[in-house]
Amino acid sequence: MEAVGLDVLTWMVDFLSGLFVDPFFAVARRPDKLVQILIQGVSAGVMYSLIALGFVLIFKASGVFNFAQGIMVVFAGLSVVVLIEAGVPAILAIAGAVVVMIVMAFAIERLVLRPLVNQDGIILFMATIGLAFFLEGFGQIIFGADPKPVPVDALMIPDGKIKVLGGLLGKPVRIYELDLTAAGFGALMVAAIIVFLNRTKIGRALRAVADDNQAALSVGIPLRTIWVLVWSLAGIVAIFAGVMWGAQSQAGFSLAVLALKALPVLILGGFTSVPGAIIGGTIIGVGEKLGEFYWRGVMGDGVEQWLGYVIALIVLLVRPQGLFGEKIIERI
Amino acid sequence: MIYREAGQFKTSYAADQAIFPILQDRIAVAIMMVVALVVIPMFGSDYFLEIIMINVLFFSLAAIGLNLLTGYTGQISLGTGGFMAVGAVSSYKMAILFPDLNIILIFLLSGLFAAAVGILFGLPSLRIKGFYLAVATLAAQFFLDWLFLRVDWFTNASTAIEGVPRSLFGVTITGPAATPVAKYYVALGFVLVFALIAKNLVRSQVGRAWMAIRDMDIAAEIIGIRPLRTKLLAFAISSFYCGIAGSLMLFLFYDSAEPDLFDINLSFKVLFMIIIGGLGSILGSFLGAAFIVTIPVILTNAPDLLGLPISSELAKHLEFMIFGALIIFFLIVEPHGLARLWQIAKEKLRQWPFPY
Repeated sequence: MEAVGLDVLTWMVDFLSGLFVDPFFAVARRPDKLVQILIQGVSAGVMYSLIALGFVLIFKASGVFNFAQGIMVVFAGLSVVVLIEAGVPAILAIAGAVVVMIVMAFAIERLVLRPLVNQDGIILFMATIGLAFFLEGFGQIIFGADPKPVPVDALMIPDGKIKVLGGLLGKPVRIYELDLTAAGFGALMVAAIIVFLNRTKIGRALRAVADDNQAALSVGIPLRTIWVLVWSLAGIVAIFAGVMWGAQSQAGFSLAVLALKALPVLILGGFTSVPGAIIGGTIIGVGEKLGEFYWRGVMGDGVEQWLGYVIALIVLLVRPQGLFGEKIIERI
Repeated sequence: MIYREAGQFKTSYAADQAIFPILQDRIAVAIMMVVALVVIPMFGSDYFLEIIMINVLFFSLAAIGLNLLTGYTGQISLGTGGFMAVGAVSSYKMAILFPDLNIILIFLLSGLFAAAVGILFGLPSLRIKGFYLAVATLAAQFFLDWLFLRVDWFTNASTAIEGVPRSLFGVTITGPAATPVAKYYVALGFVLVFALIAKNLVRSQVGRAWMAIRDMDIAAEIIGIRPLRTKLLAFAISSFYCGIAGSLMLFLFYDSAEPDLFDINLSFKVLFMIIIGGLGSILGSFLGAAFIVTIPVILTNAPDLLGLPISSELAKHLEFMIFGALIIFFLIVEPHGLARLWQIAKEKLRQWPFPY
């Protein structure tokens, strides 16, 4: 009995030191690894943010928690890939995908949102889960179930890598040009969205709809147009996210599950905040890559599958509205 | 004419509070019991018993569990699959560790384990609700998935967990050797008992407290319902049901399963059952489970019957599309699900054939 108790104790000590002490030794041994992982984490975070951005846009303007955003990303990415494979020039392929997403926005507004107007948020949320299933089946029928590689050359996305900081850290750190492109374009897009929301007439109308449907209607803002607009916008964000995600691995329907990672990002950043989506994405990305690498010894592979959610959960317990969200949750 | 309650007088409180106060309902239920207990096992083919009935039964149990939490208490959960996994894995572990323990007891204990895990992941519900809670329960789903896949202890270092063969009263009821009829009776027994408990639970003080929390939590707190205890109780009982459903799923249907069977898609499947069946309705849980289980069976068999050969892959994709479309259709046409349709039908029947 005593021996068993001792075993458990040693195991506990090993486990805890593996969690909280060993990582620091590992960092001291190979500082370049830490920098490398931080960079990986940031680039993963940018990718999550790109998906989260679409969520935020739709949530801000229509109060709909769009579960189908992940599958929209896949859909958009595959449209681009399939068009290029068919021999269409890259620019036209992207334009074609934009058309596809706008048509989809019209269809969703007409067939899903309009009949459900004035329903509870939760009913709309479940409707978008249904939408996600529909699009997954539909997409697999028209695009095929197999993942497709994104033709990076045709889209003129650089895919080399740069080595930096070799002198400082002992070994050079790799930065992928793809990630840099994604981050650069992402920043550009966020800036454009923020300007659009705050400086243009349509952007103001959009925020008005988000604040109060009824009041917006009564001052003459066309609700349906706004909805189509914002879903199209989210679709266009999805094209970019889809191409970038696809360029990293492959464009396929398995990305849709990965896109669920955008949910903890949203919780962390707050549902209604565009900068929150970016910062939340970065925190989740960095956190899970660090966990995956430094806790592999004690916890095994795959820590990154859930660590993001747990980080979000802990943040929720302390700050239910997220880091940048509006404080709308009542305390109970 | 047939379905009319005029003239049925109640002379005691017990009669007034019966679950089925109308004679016609009691007759219908009695007929259904006879069908379920005698006719189906006698005349149903093995395929019908295993692929349809047993599936419907354990999914009904899971759907009742989720309905108690989401439909009655208003807390959305996307972690059903994870809680079912807890039930399946813990019953497998117990069956291996304690070979002499009665299998029924093992199922019940596995429910208790699931309940404990449910309470743990229900804690965030004290501070958050709605979408936020849905995402928080996703954490449970992904964490439990990972835990059972990566930590060897749970699966005894093999890739699959198994429904260990056990017998009750000298009849083998679990494992590959058990007959479909025996398995069917076990599943039916569990579902009948727990459906009855659930039905009574939601009519009792506990259920009323849940519904008060669902309808308006602040008001509920003011009239003296403790949110902490009520919500955690809902999580515990819901996960208990889901845990038992998970054990039954493993022991009575799959016999051998990889832990990732209990993934996020399973959670969605059960959620769809209660949406289509009807949120906040025990009957709806059964209807939803039956609906979602039979749709794929029909979709795989219908093209052959119609003479249109389609590949199994296409059938699977079509199934996704039809599922999605049906969900949206139901939400638009009848947000309260099949159970509500049944209620409307009953009200119409009451006046038939002379509606005023």
